[in-house]
Amino acid sequence: MKSYDLIIVGAGIVGTACADYASEQGLRVAIVEPGPIGGGATAAAMGHLVAMDDDPAELALANYSLGLWEEFTHVEQIEYNRCGTLWVASSEAEYAHIPEKIARLAAVGAQAELIDSEQLYRLEPSLAPGLRGGMRVPREAVVYPPGMARHLLDRARARGVVLYAQRATAITRQGVQLDDRTGLAGAVLVATGCALPQLLPQLPMRARKGHLVITDRYPGLIHHQLLELGYADSAHGDADSSVAFNVQPRPTGQILIGSSREYSSNTPDVSMPTVRRMLERTFRYLPALRQLDALRIWTGFRPVSADGLPYLGRLPDNAHVWVASGHEGLGITTSLGSARLVIDQYLGRATAIDSRPYDPARAVACV
Amino acid sequence: MTQVRIDINGQVLDVPAGISVAAAIARFRPSMRRSVSGQMRAPFCGMGICFECRVRIDGVAQQRACMTPVREGMQVITDG
Repeated sequence: MKSYDLIIVGAGIVGTACADYASEQGLRVAIVEPGPIGGGATAAAMGHLVAMDDDPAELALANYSLGLWEEFTHVEQIEYNRCGTLWVASSEAEYAHIPEKIARLAAVGAQAELIDSEQLYRLEPSLAPGLRGGMRVPREAVVYPPGMARHLLDRARARGVVLYAQRATAITRQGVQLDDRTGLAGAVLVATGCALPQLLPQLPMRARKGHLVITDRYPGLIHHQLLELGYADSAHGDADSSVAFNVQPRPTGQILIGSSREYSSNTPDVSMPTVRRMLERTFRYLPALRQLDALRIWTGFRPVSADGLPYLGRLPDNAHVWVASGHEGLGITTSLGSARLVIDQYLGRATAIDSRPYDPARAVACV
Repeated sequence: MTQVRIDINGQVLDVPAGISVAAAIARFRPSMRRSVSGQMRAPFCGMGICFECRVRIDGVAQQRACMTPVREGMQVITDG
């Protein structure tokens, strides 16, 4: 039986980030992925690198990760574009909350600025009239997530990481079993996102469906990733179905339009009522989009843990099984910090940020 | 024949009413636009399927010239 220090199951952005960092630290690593590299939630994601300030643990992980992303800004296949994030306030009440958001970001060293309505329309002339202002976070960026997963895997393989293009069917006493019945021996790190319950049914995981629409090329229409300040209510609320204004300028001039969240649908079909609801929300903020052509609509599923924070660490009562899954809608941003947190714990090192909020033990179902 | 006056790339032109923007452009230019990689492009299907004839019409980019009838005062930019 082939033996490794670590067998990573799943080659999405989280699994490949773990393979990259683990191999850089000198570990002998295998990665198991039957499908395309970065072909699950990674391929469906918008690729917005962003820090959300409303949960302290999530902010710490996102902020740590954003620092790590700086190493990759010049990698061509990642299409890194530091367009910044512009959170849009539609009411006086939303505008009034901006200073406390800026203070929370400043507390972790992230710079953000209050934008009055005059500056708002100077930055983004296509926004609908009547908006109150916003908050601009200049360091944030957009990337092409599957390109990052491939880049991370290429680096890892150059250091000797072995890719098994097979399905891991079970975790065994020694390691994992593959679908051709061969076994691999070593510690196991499960990074399979929504598919986590297949290998680790003791960890709660729900799939939260999202829709995205991409337009033809309209360069210069918008300049920042634009979100409504109410976005966090949709992202962090537990409503069965919600939409929020969230649009992104791609480097091609195309505009990527989100966002929707649904728990009740588990099929990948496009729901036109949901798309219509999402687009009506978008047109309220960007009426100029109404007359443009969309090229494609797709869906994806966000892996949602029991409490919305990823599971990062060792499973209790199981010395050789580790997990890095459940990043919901923030996994592109937090992939790099997640990999460090898990691998540093595996190596018995101190982690750069407090790892306790992500300890999978918090959520393991009592059997 | 009724004529309408339109503007193609800043050039004011009188064309027959009822023709498509693609037909109007073809009266004066051999090609429609350049692709993202710089190649010359022209209408291929003429029925709204191939998207090779996209131009900017009255400020809105990526409009299919073959599917859009000319209108008095229309502003067309072929590489917009």
